[in-house]
Amino acid sequence: MRVSADPLAAPRAIGGRAPDVFKPGGWVEMRSYAEDDVVDFVVIGTGAGGGPLIARLAEQGFSVIGFDAGPYFRPLEDFASDEAEQQKLYWLDQRIIDGGNPIRMGGKNSGKAVGGSTVHFAMVSLRFRPEWFKSRSALGYGADWPLDWREMWDYYTRAEKALSIAGPVNYPWGPKRPRYPYRPHELNGAAELLARGAEAMGYKWTATPLATVSAPHGNSPPCVYRGFCRFGCSTNAKQSQLVTFIPRAIAAGAEIRDLAMVGRVETGPDGRATGVHYHREGRWRFQKARNIVVAGYAIETPRLLLASANDRYPDGLANSSGLVGKNLMTQSNQAVWGVMDKEVRWNKGPPSLAITEHWNYDDRKNFQGGYCWMAQGPLPVEWATVVTGSRKLWGAPLREQMMQYNHQVGLKMVGEMLPSERNQVTLTDEVDQYGLRIPRITYSWSDNDKALIQHALGEMQTSLELVGATDIFRQEDDTNHLAGTARMGSDPRSSVVSADCRSWDIPNLWICDGSVFPTVGGVNPSLTITAIALRTADRIKALATRGEL
Amino acid sequence: MTERYPGYDVLAKRRTPSWNEQTRQVIDHRLAITREPRYLLPELFNILDAVCARIVPQPGDRPPVPLAALVDTKLYTNMQDGFRYAEMPEQGEAWRRGLAALDEAALAHYEKRFPQISGEQQDDILRRMERGELSGGALGDMPAQMFFAHRVLLDIVSAYYAHPTAWSEFGFGGPASPRGYVRMGLDRRDPWEAVEAKPGEEETARHENARVR
Ligand SMILES: Cc1cc2nc3c(=O)[nH]c(=O)nc-3n(C[C@H](O)[C@H](O)[C@H](O)COP(=O)(O)OP(=O)(O)OC[C@H]3O[C@@H](n4cnc5c(N)ncnc54)[C@H](O)[C@@H]3O)c2cc1C
Ligand code: SF4
Repeated sequence: MRVSADPLAAPRAIGGRAPDVFKPGGWVEMRSYAEDDVVDFVVIGTGAGGGPLIARLAEQGFSVIGFDAGPYFRPLEDFASDEAEQQKLYWLDQRIIDGGNPIRMGGKNSGKAVGGSTVHFAMVSLRFRPEWFKSRSALGYGADWPLDWREMWDYYTRAEKALSIAGPVNYPWGPKRPRYPYRPHELNGAAELLARGAEAMGYKWTATPLATVSAPHGNSPPCVYRGFCRFGCSTNAKQSQLVTFIPRAIAAGAEIRDLAMVGRVETGPDGRATGVHYHREGRWRFQKARNIVVAGYAIETPRLLLASANDRYPDGLANSSGLVGKNLMTQSNQAVWGVMDKEVRWNKGPPSLAITEHWNYDDRKNFQGGYCWMAQGPLPVEWATVVTGSRKLWGAPLREQMMQYNHQVGLKMVGEMLPSERNQVTLTDEVDQYGLRIPRITYSWSDNDKALIQHALGEMQTSLELVGATDIFRQEDDTNHLAGTARMGSDPRSSVVSADCRSWDIPNLWICDGSVFPTVGGVNPSLTITAIALRTADRIKALATRGEL
Repeated sequence: MTERYPGYDVLAKRRTPSWNEQTRQVIDHRLAITREPRYLLPELFNILDAVCARIVPQPGDRPPVPLAALVDTKLYTNMQDGFRYAEMPEQGEAWRRGLAALDEAALAHYEKRFPQISGEQQDDILRRMERGELSGGALGDMPAQMFFAHRVLLDIVSAYYAHPTAWSEFGFGGPASPRGYVRMGLDRRDPWEAVEAKPGEEETARHENARVR
């Protein structure tokens, strides 16, 4: 098989064509716009939020260009089975972290590629608990979303269908949902142990709904259980944006610009957004547009809005509430690890094949928020950093611990952290390779966050003890997904965008990614981001029809 | 350490359907890495080499993974992590200061340069750094503890466990595309996975591992 030239060296989606991600060396035709074509929509970011929005807008007849700072990968040719090499999927540009509990960035939470973080995400595709959309009024913490869970339930169904989610016939928690489009994946050893532990505790568990196909779909063959999902799927079984909504978008007439970093959104004399300054092929360029959607995720979205400050908007765009960059949330991602007599070989298959959401739905606890836990299968480098980080092992003891690799088992949580204005993204005076100011990410856990984590660690430990794991230890410090920093709401004074992801201040500026979450919930966020994007596309169409764009 | 996966060599699978062409290229490149320092000056590189030997001690009966060269390459190619603690300088600067600080501490406590003191003495200095007991001097305002946790351990350990020699040692299947895996449950092994030696059965395991393809 041929291996193509470096996708990071020069744009691939250019000159009227884009890579065919399903065919080595293949191309698909792509519409291209000129810079002074005033397109209907420019979308900045092509991940879980941007991808579906670009596709649906194009399918509804709008002219759309999707920009991504990252490269346009061909999974079949560019992806090696190797943790170190595949760092190329991550957003590794410099970011400063501080606060009481600094969030480690890079591979933990940010992608830089056409398809965004979904190119390397772990594919766990979960719905929110309905009450989370009204967590302030129904559960007494955080903030209410301006969305109705029943409407979201429909959009979840559409998202699950579009991503061919493989999951159980009956999902054990929450209101009824249709059966998943694809049958659940078989459990691996690590997932079997989660199931046994949950049953011993009297908790329900299920095969995790995953965005990787369990039977062929279109050009995607079924998952081959190679287990390198977090480092890109060279099989194309994974239903990332790169192989789902992005090809749809191009087929529907959208243009994708890879290696195109947007540095500034411009506004005109009437205060409306007029286009974007972006860096591609060695120089700054300008693209005109009628509407601009920022979908760069919870760090880059506020960074861009803040960096676009001008005389009219001295605090940054869409920031009259002062909330752009504030209320950053991550999710607690602590784990408990142990050793089994049996061989587990946890690296086989997607890492999180089984889940229990018990503590997302049981409210008998002395803290706010919920969490789930999942089976785990970290690859060697990641596992070694867990061992050194949590157990402080080095020298001979480190090598001895690593010898247990094929016998290790673990459970890892995804926990809800509460929004706080102290947790935020601001700009430093240092600049990056594009000459753009580097973000500073400040984060501290609250007492509630700590209580939730301790509860989860205790529960996961019990589960491991009940399956006979030995040499158990806790990983106390990990976090993962991001959210917040441009929250949606019903009041312009306490939110940045409306339920339609439209900014309150600038009617033709929209935000459609994980940043709009007012609260983060106790499940992985991407399916909710995608569901919101599908809804936003429908709302834009409805507003356009009424002449309200 | 007795061998747990005797005779298993992940590189023997190089030509099997567990490796694709892009993986072969990446691993070949890693194995061919130059042993000469390109980023650090030789003096600091020698200190790094001594540190690596304490953080990940390697057996004498096989060619060592060139850890110092791998870390030096990370610095030389400016391979970033994607974040920097506000208290820390950028990675190259951190390494230069941190290595010089270890040397200073060796001179202060043992009156010899870091590479010249014994392994136990080196561990003692490293532990002082880990506990945050070193400060000032070459470190400047960089916290010793953070340098140890977020540079020394992270960079050296990540380099070792990204190397096929390490994978063979603990029986990791290694690259797995396009073939993937089939036998998923507990105590199930695909024929292209390493065989673990149960006590007393090392020779059987060695024999079977020779056929792992
Ligand atoms: C290792 C890992 C595992 C994960 N596993 C799961 C999981 O199992 N389930 C789940 O639900 N979620 C998971 N996530 C989280 C999930 O991937 C993200 O929540 C989701 O992709 C965020 O969607 P988004 O559209 O907001 O941003 P992203 O998907 O990150 O997309 C943002 C895109 O915008 C681009 N961009 C940013 N700024 C600019 C700019 N100025 N100009 C041009 N382009 C720009 C970036 O390059 C990027 O491609 C995981 C994340 C990681 C890192
Ligand atoms: S386990 Fe499945 S989804 Fe993950 S990388 Fe392999 S084929 Fe892709």
